[in-house]
Amino acid sequence: MNEPYKTTVEDDRAPVIEPGHTFGTVTEKISAIVLTRPASNGWFAGFGIAFMLTMMMLYAIGYLFLKGIGIWGSTIPIGWGFAIVNFVWWIGIGHAGTLISAILLLLRQSWRNSINRFAEAMTLFAVACAGIYPAIHVGRPWLAYWLFPYPNTMRLWPQFRSPLMWDVFAVSTYATTSALFWFIGLVPDMATLRDRATHPAARLIYGALSMGWRGSARHWHRYETAYLLLAGLATPLVLSVHTVVSFDFAIGIVPGWHTTIFPPYFVAGAIYSGFAMVLMLAIPIRKIYGLEDFITERHLQNSAKVMLATGLIVAYGYGIEAFMGWYSGDRYDAFTIWNRLHGPYAVPYWSLLACNIFIPQLLWIRKLRTSPLALFLLSGVILIGMWLERFIIVVVSLHRDFLTSSWGMYYPTRWDWMTYIGTIGMFLAAMFLFLRLLPAISIFEMRTLLPEAEVKE
Amino acid sequence: MKRDPVYGMMAEFDSAQALIDAAKHTHEAGYQKIDAYSPFPIEGLAEEIGFHHNAVPLVVLIGGIIGGLTGYLMQYWISVIDYPLNVGGKPTHSWPAFIVITFEMTILFAVISAVFGMLALNGLPMPYHPVFNVPRFALASKDRFFLIVFSSDPKYNPAGTRSFLEGLAPRSISEVPS
Repeated sequence: MNEPYKTTVEDDRAPVIEPGHTFGTVTEKISAIVLTRPASNGWFAGFGIAFMLTMMMLYAIGYLFLKGIGIWGSTIPIGWGFAIVNFVWWIGIGHAGTLISAILLLLRQSWRNSINRFAEAMTLFAVACAGIYPAIHVGRPWLAYWLFPYPNTMRLWPQFRSPLMWDVFAVSTYATTSALFWFIGLVPDMATLRDRATHPAARLIYGALSMGWRGSARHWHRYETAYLLLAGLATPLVLSVHTVVSFDFAIGIVPGWHTTIFPPYFVAGAIYSGFAMVLMLAIPIRKIYGLEDFITERHLQNSAKVMLATGLIVAYGYGIEAFMGWYSGDRYDAFTIWNRLHGPYAVPYWSLLACNIFIPQLLWIRKLRTSPLALFLLSGVILIGMWLERFIIVVVSLHRDFLTSSWGMYYPTRWDWMTYIGTIGMFLAAMFLFLRLLPAISIFEMRTLLPEAEVKE
Repeated sequence: MKRDPVYGMMAEFDSAQALIDAAKHTHEAGYQKIDAYSPFPIEGLAEEIGFHHNAVPLVVLIGGIIGGLTGYLMQYWISVIDYPLNVGGKPTHSWPAFIVITFEMTILFAVISAVFGMLALNGLPMPYHPVFNVPRFALASKDRFFLIVFSSDPKYNPAGTRSFLEGLAPRSISEVPS
């Protein structure tokens, strides 16, 4: 992150940061959103709606605790309904944040500096939304802590050979790492806010969060080492998380789940949907808060290219699934593919192909890659497509497996929908608060992008 | 021990380049106990004030090793010793199944060591520090760059150090009360 962005090669790409900015203007512009800009009516309206949706989710969960998971549409043979669909969808969305903050840091893609902060916040909130589902879908949620190995009077221990246990460790490690990585990135910016805030309460809170950061060269030296190591640790971690999530399926023998393509294709799909969410958040944020100088056309283009590439990996995954259905000669595998294309869930499957493969090919057109509105809409399409993908994997694989006598159908109930839409509300409510309370763009990393940050020995 | 009433002499600079040059000259002039403050990490600045290696990687390595061992030995002890389950005669020490959790625990412990190790080595959190007594130091988190010579430096004397720092063409100089 110490690499100032150099424009030595002639290129016609948009700059990462518009020219004319100094350390002072970058600091002013980003910290003003938190410190001086009054909250607009639009913010209150948006937050209010998101907050009400959160309350709706709590209501749905409260009723679930009262009545049990019978209020949901999940029933045998489809024991995994919306809970797992949404869990996988949310955790996948989180992956783009870690990709941006860790993997692009290791690859020295300095354009990431303007979007990593809110992408990491997005990760954290998405993981929080994801984490709700495993806890509430266990039937007796007050015993969800049984998932962790702890000495108990029953003298029982968890089964470590189960991918579901691996998932507990992967997701809780991921949540901890994302939170710490995000917090450590915030510390120097908290010092900036501490020094610039005028209200005593704000000074106290930001001061406490900055932990007395004073920007000493020795501190920066250790800080950068730790930050780089965290990126190096988060990179294999993020790849492992969706791999382990895919093991939840792939280790089972259900046709449509039992396949080795799952880990890479899940990881690619996670990044695909995550970048779509990054764009859906970045495009309105840059517009409303006038951050077009920092989140430029370049960021939109690059994110669009990442979506295009990961979308093609996902398409390859679908292709291999279909090919293996035929090539394996296994009649159950072949039937699974036929059932997806022509069965009762053919409409979601064809919509999935349209949303994830066909429509996103429009991203090849440069004009659309640089149009915020087109990107916003395409990202929405991709998010729907990735949700449908998880629906197809979970529901369509389970609803018709080996025995015709145990076939069934899955119909989500209003409680399923209320919980799902409610988590979207919770995610947005957290984002609204984040925008007003913390710097949405990493101020100190933006400073390193300015030409005046460059030094000679 | 009675505290020295003066913590050091601080000079303020306008640019990263000016700070790195000043740090270099001060270090070369024989000052040992100095520090530099900047609003963002500057490549090579720590080396200019004589700070070359930090212990963070070692802390992370130890944390990672402890995490990996904890993860594996926990699973081994539970699955083989305390709670062996015989499933169709399959081995209780089924190590391939233990790899995922061992990996996750390695990462978890390494991450926690990196974050808290870095903070501990930096002596943070530290709510009070003498440099904050200089009013202009508030700009160190915005767009100004500071260099300090601590009064504990053997070469430190108020007049001499001040005139030396003046030779570096700073924007301002202030004495830092402790």
